[in-house]
Amino acid sequence: MKEFAPLPLQAECQPALRPTGPFGLVPRPLRVREVQRENARIRTFVLDGELPHAQPGQFVMAWLPGHEEAPFSLAYHRPVTLTVAAVGPFTRAMHRLEAGDRLWIRGPYGQPFRPEPVGRPLLVGGGYGVAPLAFLAETLLAVGQQPVAFVGGRTAEDVIGVKRLQALGVPVVVTTEDGSLGEAGLVTKPVARFLAEGRGEALYGVGPHGMLRALAELARAHRVPAQLSWEAYMGCAVGLCGMCEHEGVLLCVEGPVRRLAPGTP
Amino acid sequence: MPEEVELDLSVDLCGVRLPNPFVLASGILGTSETLLEKAARLGAGAVTAKSAGAQPRRGHANPIVVDWGAGLINAVGLPNPGARREAELLAAAKAHLAPLGVPPKMLAMRGTPDEFAEVARTVLRAEPDILELNISCPNVHDEYGEPFAASCAGAVSVVEAVRPVCTVPLFVKLAPNVPNIGRIAADVVAAGADGITAINTMPGMVIDVESGQPVLTNRSGGLSGPALKPIALYCVYEIARAVPGVPIIGTGGITTGRDAVEMLMAGATAVGVGSAVYYRGLEAFQHLQEELTAFMRAHGYTRVRQLRGLAHRPVQKPQEVPEQ
Repeated sequence: MKEFAPLPLQAECQPALRPTGPFGLVPRPLRVREVQRENARIRTFVLDGELPHAQPGQFVMAWLPGHEEAPFSLAYHRPVTLTVAAVGPFTRAMHRLEAGDRLWIRGPYGQPFRPEPVGRPLLVGGGYGVAPLAFLAETLLAVGQQPVAFVGGRTAEDVIGVKRLQALGVPVVVTTEDGSLGEAGLVTKPVARFLAEGRGEALYGVGPHGMLRALAELARAHRVPAQLSWEAYMGCAVGLCGMCEHEGVLLCVEGPVRRLAPGTP
Repeated sequence: MPEEVELDLSVDLCGVRLPNPFVLASGILGTSETLLEKAARLGAGAVTAKSAGAQPRRGHANPIVVDWGAGLINAVGLPNPGARREAELLAAAKAHLAPLGVPPKMLAMRGTPDEFAEVARTVLRAEPDILELNISCPNVHDEYGEPFAASCAGAVSVVEAVRPVCTVPLFVKLAPNVPNIGRIAADVVAAGADGITAINTMPGMVIDVESGQPVLTNRSGGLSGPALKPIALYCVYEIARAVPGVPIIGTGGITTGRDAVEMLMAGATAVGVGSAVYYRGLEAFQHLQEELTAFMRAHGYTRVRQLRGLAHRPVQKPQEVPEQ
């Protein structure tokens, strides 16, 4: 978080921490440009608008008047792209959106992934957690790193986002719990193998909390840094309501991405 | 170099000592023991738990908060796990806060005066240092009707019900949208309140013109942040005039140390901090303390208490200064 110097005497206060601008304040409507079907319950919405300064790992609040507002991590920022799993009444309403409909967005919010100064980072996504990995991979490729992605799902149907990563030239290791696609088992298995073989120097993870805890263990064991994105239900998204608290951390402002330094107990 | 004088930032609320005047306002960061402890470690002089009712409450659906430009508007809808669980959380928080010398305070709210008393009895088991009655939430009107803070009789009825069961200093949080806040303050003090917290948020609405719908799910909400500050200063000034000497926690739009100085000068004993956590991050308390300290040094004040109520002094007319 940005640091503020003490108030200079006889001077106005430092500028506010909060950015102003078209997306920094009230929700703004963006037209849906395209709806991509990922699988039976997951769709990706490409919106007619950009958040040029957004970074991978950050999230926006999406609102449908008359329904609800909920957080979604950015699958991409130019144009704004959200991958949404239909898990409740609000996300089911979102799935009824078609090209030309509007979705209201405020943000971006939260701490992003920040490139670790390593050559070979491992990017791990479980289920729809894979959504921001291509955006992250693009950022890491831009600074000359060679990321490898690991995408896990329960079945072949649950594995999404592989093509976007491959289109960037990123090698992708796919796992399914039932063995219907790629390696059989949990996504953490090939990650552990890569680390043991010295083929990974940092971990980035997005997915279920169980997967993140397993990645944290691996990072500790192999003494590599880990940046893990902890999914949570956000209320205000701006650090006031306390609804997203996870182990004493306000995930909306201190997360969702939390860094685990190498050697952290 | 002039010698750096040790400044005394401590204030006293009915015998409860706060290491500095900044109080985490209710509803900010909820009641999680870890978050309350975090606020204290970051410099809060006291922390307030989220309002508790007798039964658990979910609160309103999102959107619950929006930054509309000159301030925030919120209708979170008093989500809370119920008084019993809140008391447990608060007891845990108190254990964390004790080594920091930061007193926790507790809010109580519920439909009828008797229910207020019941909630008060439950949360007092956690031994908070202060009990604050939230009789002024503007966002639960549909379920609870007009807030008690809207009238002298309503406010007094709650204080009279809770006073006999309250074993700690009793503060009452008042609403700004009344014709005469000073009279309500005087009546609740006469009914046994030890102090006043002022003000709660101001009812308002923000409409999304694209959809033609209010942005908040609750449709209306409470205004906070910079837009609220002049209203809060006026209310606190009026209360300080109506009940001189009664401690006031002045709350509403305090974002900088200079804002806090204004609030103290209006007559507040301590200063509530809420939306500033949005504008300046979790470090808001630290910034406020540094800025207040800088102001005091620049103007030769050594104790925060010296600032209290300065705005009430009669005007010093230049012509009254005797000519040389």
